[in-house]
Amino acid sequence: MIKKFLDNIRPNFEEGGKLSAFRSVFDGMETFLLVPNTTSRSGVSIHDAIDSKRIMSMVVIALMPALLFGMYNLGYQNYLAADKLADASFWELFGYGFLLTLPKILVSYIVGLGIEFVVAQWKKEEIQEGYLVTGLLIPMIVPVDCPLWMLAVAVAFSVIFAKEIFGGTGMNIFNPALVARAFLFFAYPTSMSGDTVWLASDSVCGLGNALPDGTTMATPLGEAAAGIAPTSTFSDMVLGFIPGSIGETSVIAIAIGAFILLFTRIASWKTMGSVFVGGALVAWLFNIAGLEGNAVAQMPWYEHLATGGFCFGAVFMATDPVTGARTEGGKYIYGFLIGAVAITIRVLNPGFPEGMMLAILLMNMFAPLIDYCFVQSNINKRLKRAK
Amino acid sequence: MSKLFSKENQEVFTGPLNLNNPVAVQVLGICSALAVTSQLEPSIVMGLSVTVITAFANVIISLLRKTIPNRIRIIVQLVVVATLVTLVSQILKAFAYDVSVQLSVYVGLIITNCILMGRLEAFAMQNGPWASFLDGIGSGLGYAWILVAVGFVRELLGAGTLLGFRIIPESFYVENGGCYVNNGMMTMPAMALIIVGCIIWAHRAYNDRKAK
Repeated sequence: MIKKFLDNIRPNFEEGGKLSAFRSVFDGMETFLLVPNTTSRSGVSIHDAIDSKRIMSMVVIALMPALLFGMYNLGYQNYLAADKLADASFWELFGYGFLLTLPKILVSYIVGLGIEFVVAQWKKEEIQEGYLVTGLLIPMIVPVDCPLWMLAVAVAFSVIFAKEIFGGTGMNIFNPALVARAFLFFAYPTSMSGDTVWLASDSVCGLGNALPDGTTMATPLGEAAAGIAPTSTFSDMVLGFIPGSIGETSVIAIAIGAFILLFTRIASWKTMGSVFVGGALVAWLFNIAGLEGNAVAQMPWYEHLATGGFCFGAVFMATDPVTGARTEGGKYIYGFLIGAVAITIRVLNPGFPEGMMLAILLMNMFAPLIDYCFVQSNINKRLKRAK
Repeated sequence: MSKLFSKENQEVFTGPLNLNNPVAVQVLGICSALAVTSQLEPSIVMGLSVTVITAFANVIISLLRKTIPNRIRIIVQLVVVATLVTLVSQILKAFAYDVSVQLSVYVGLIITNCILMGRLEAFAMQNGPWASFLDGIGSGLGYAWILVAVGFVRELLGAGTLLGFRIIPESFYVENGGCYVNNGMMTMPAMALIIVGCIIWAHRAYNDRKAK
């Protein structure tokens, strides 16, 4: 049925048709809704039933558990702070978070896809579908109190400067979602960190509670950085009932996503696993060293892995096939260093309670170098064998 | 008189402003363009200082060019530039102390500004004093307008002011019940690099289109 409809309106979008200016939009929708029946016209290509649009859709599905739980957790934190948790039903909690999150997702998609459409038309290229995942990732890694206009500015910045100037989807050096977050973090630090931004304090459409100004809710990492013992228990951290960016709190919800990604072989288990190994090892070393007066260093290593954006970054950001290392051996080093650097930043830099974002961006930069070394060593090995 | 403003001399002057801009085309002097442009006032002062120094260094070297032994010309040029930079630095300290504090070491570092040595080597050593003077003014102003453009954007978005006057009303800010927050990234040099990049992009796109 969809196919018939698309075939009907197709002539409008072809060269000379009255809507030819929106050709890329049409093409984007067509290939998104249906598997394209055109194949590459030149060169030798290996065809797979899954094209990149299918991969993107799969990642979006994998993100769903974390997103839905994040919505529920927003409501949970709000009612908890208002001391009304006992009276609220599940749907009240979820609905409240849903109403808070939906505008962010819409803003992210409208601004990001808008820019992509304009660029695609301008360069007369196909629409790149890469924004599908990025657009959902960005709302999930910002605090709930981040205003929509800031989100829009950050999305525009990251799509233009992290992606389009490098040549669009597949060409970017840095993960666009993390660039958007880094931009927010450095441009508007008061709205991105501290202990007031993690809690939604207004009621929306009758749901939720308006909290008095100055109600604070620090993340476990924020508490540790401030030198006080975290109030959340380890089981809260695993289940995700802690304050934090919208999608990053629940280890279990992220684990479901990780399982989907690994099962469909979209994400590399080498990268993902070595991030956890690197993080655990470095956190454990800091545990042993037990730096005097540094509460973050004394935080047990398993809590390090369960808090902040560590899991979310390891599963959905580090495994990005575009910005990560591509050689099989390189993936181990790339992942390991992400985990290690993230924990090191957390422990040793008092200015940044969370290091995952900066660690991944830093290693994005080194991924090509790691790949180069592995490719070169392989070439040398084979040359030696040939002698 | 007509000879003074002949076609060649006009080109010597206008070239660096646009088609041969020291920052946007030759990509020189980027370091100071990132360091001093967080506000508009120091950007303007820096631009003018470089203009004055380039112009007079060009004239002096151009007058001396036949007597300077080729093997020690860089040292002679440096002495001339260093003298002028010291003069400008002292004048700033005497009459515009606040700005000179803001500019801090970057006034002294004009000595190492590539635009200066570039113009001395490439132009003043081969041309007469009047043409050299025009070239120096042109290069300095070419550098200055980029600095002013960057400083304008950074101060407006980073602090909401221009030359210290408030442009974005106080009532817009979060503290006073609005929803606007200054962009902290604009006060960092990283953002200056991105703005310079955007200027280069726009500049090239415009000139490429004109060339076609």
